[in-house]
Amino acid sequence: MSDWLGRQIPKILLAPTFLAVLVFVYGFIAWTAWISFTRSRLMPQYEIDGVIQYERLFAAPRWDTAMNNLYVFGTLFIVIAMVLGLALAILLDQHIRAEGALRTIYLYPMALSMIVTGTAWKWILNPGLGIEAMVRGWGFESFSFGWLVDPDKAIYTIVLAAIWQSSGFVMALFLAGLRSVDGEIIKAAQVDGIPTWRIYTAIIIPSMAPIFLSAFIVLAHLAIKSFDLVIALTGGGPGYATDLPATYMYAMAFSRGDLGQAASSAMIMMSVVFAIVVPYLYSELRAKHD
Amino acid sequence: MTDQAFSDTLPRAGAGQSRALRIGLRWTLYAVLILFALFYLMPLFVMVTTSLKSLEEIRTGSLVALPRAVTFDAWAKAWSGACTGIQCEGVRPYFWNSVVLAVPAVAISTFIGAVNGYIIAHWQFRGANLFFALLLFGCFIPFQVVLLPMARLLGILGLAGTIQGLIMVHVIYGLGFTTLFFRNYYVTIPQELVRAAKIDGAGFFRIFWSIFLPLSLPIIVVTVIWQFTQIWNDFLFGVSFSQAGSQPITVALNNIVNSTTGVKEYNVDMAAAIIAALPTLLVYIIAGKYFIRGLTAGSVKG
Repeated sequence: MSDWLGRQIPKILLAPTFLAVLVFVYGFIAWTAWISFTRSRLMPQYEIDGVIQYERLFAAPRWDTAMNNLYVFGTLFIVIAMVLGLALAILLDQHIRAEGALRTIYLYPMALSMIVTGTAWKWILNPGLGIEAMVRGWGFESFSFGWLVDPDKAIYTIVLAAIWQSSGFVMALFLAGLRSVDGEIIKAAQVDGIPTWRIYTAIIIPSMAPIFLSAFIVLAHLAIKSFDLVIALTGGGPGYATDLPATYMYAMAFSRGDLGQAASSAMIMMSVVFAIVVPYLYSELRAKHD
Repeated sequence: MTDQAFSDTLPRAGAGQSRALRIGLRWTLYAVLILFALFYLMPLFVMVTTSLKSLEEIRTGSLVALPRAVTFDAWAKAWSGACTGIQCEGVRPYFWNSVVLAVPAVAISTFIGAVNGYIIAHWQFRGANLFFALLLFGCFIPFQVVLLPMARLLGILGLAGTIQGLIMVHVIYGLGFTTLFFRNYYVTIPQELVRAAKIDGAGFFRIFWSIFLPLSLPIIVVTVIWQFTQIWNDFLFGVSFSQAGSQPITVALNNIVNSTTGVKEYNVDMAAAIIAALPTLLVYIIAGKYFIRGLTAGSVKG
């Protein structure tokens, strides 16, 4: 094998992935972006026709509901999962017997498909035979828990199931963070007689800022992409009360045959993701160069 | 970060507190932890017990009651008789679809990721960093943005609605993460080792084969588990790019649960859900450590 060829091997081997990323990620994004500026319906058309799809999108009450739901769901999901995850991590950090077993229990939902999670919670929350019937069976005849079928409350069932699925993962992130704090500083603080809760609030938690950021990024990303859970738990209903951008996009693409709307809603989703992720990745990559 | 993740650093609470208070706090602490454990276990418990009850018992009994008479009828029906729309073959064919889909997709994406990671970590060339950045951004896109063009491409290639098409899709969009995993692992192998091997006359393949691969077992396990969990649990690609007959198990499960014909059989739904969850759950139980490493490596980019 000649020397020149030897030096080219890495590039040649990397070329297929490079091309794949260029075409299937960036090329495809460009295609979707292009379609979002056309009047495409059932079939793609390629004549650019301004921002008509975005005007239709922002005028659609269903999209309005979807974005509103994303806001409500995203905020509650991220805040509660972070608080719960941090609390569990701190509690587990107190020299707990059977810590390993508890950790395993808190984290296992992360291994499940969102469809499985949705199916399970749909059964538990169903008004006829689930929690409602159970509490009534205990003698509280007037107890009512119909969130799943209440257009105003159904979104909270998705929050509940999503937190059940992901909070253990946040716990694992925070627990790893707690354990990587410099033990010497903590010992010194204890020698000085500083109470444990102050050690947490003044020393440990502030030093975990990067982990808060990571957890936020992961959870925000999960929230925006949420699709399977909604499909399995509420199907976007009642009506379209629990639609999220992802289910809106899917409905437009595969059941309404409205490619223009599907493309423009996908582009909005991507903009939201990038608004959150790009600054983060940029700072990560920069930090490594310095 | 995650290797020593769970070793102790925090010394015990201050010694000034009274003994009774300390014991009280301790009990409260355990009570809270166990309460949360019950919260996480409850859905699994309900799924299992429901799947073992008869429909009659489900209608009359309580959600959290243990089955009075254990029956495996629902399991048998979920496996080979439940209806997904018109067909009534249970989840069995779809379970195998998922296996046939996941095995090659995991193997191919892991292998390519290993080679990519090796090149990016140790055969730096101009533009390698840019390429890596492009790849990294690709990990984060919401897949909705590639759904439409991919559906058209699969149609053009004649792969629409086939398992081969789904394998291709999963390999392509899995490469970002597999490459990332291997690259981050391989950068920790010292450059000097590679330089010494080059001086000894070892070439590109030789170095990969006899130095890198033998060191790679942990990262291969992490990557395989990550990819397997992602692909087995995928729903979006499955529901968008498959058709009756080639659907993966998540899609079949959703169809069974939402099929509107006949009586709602909650026990069959739960049995089907457990069957769909079993492979990834088993992986988690057997190799939880690697599962967590994949999760944290996937989120905390190093």
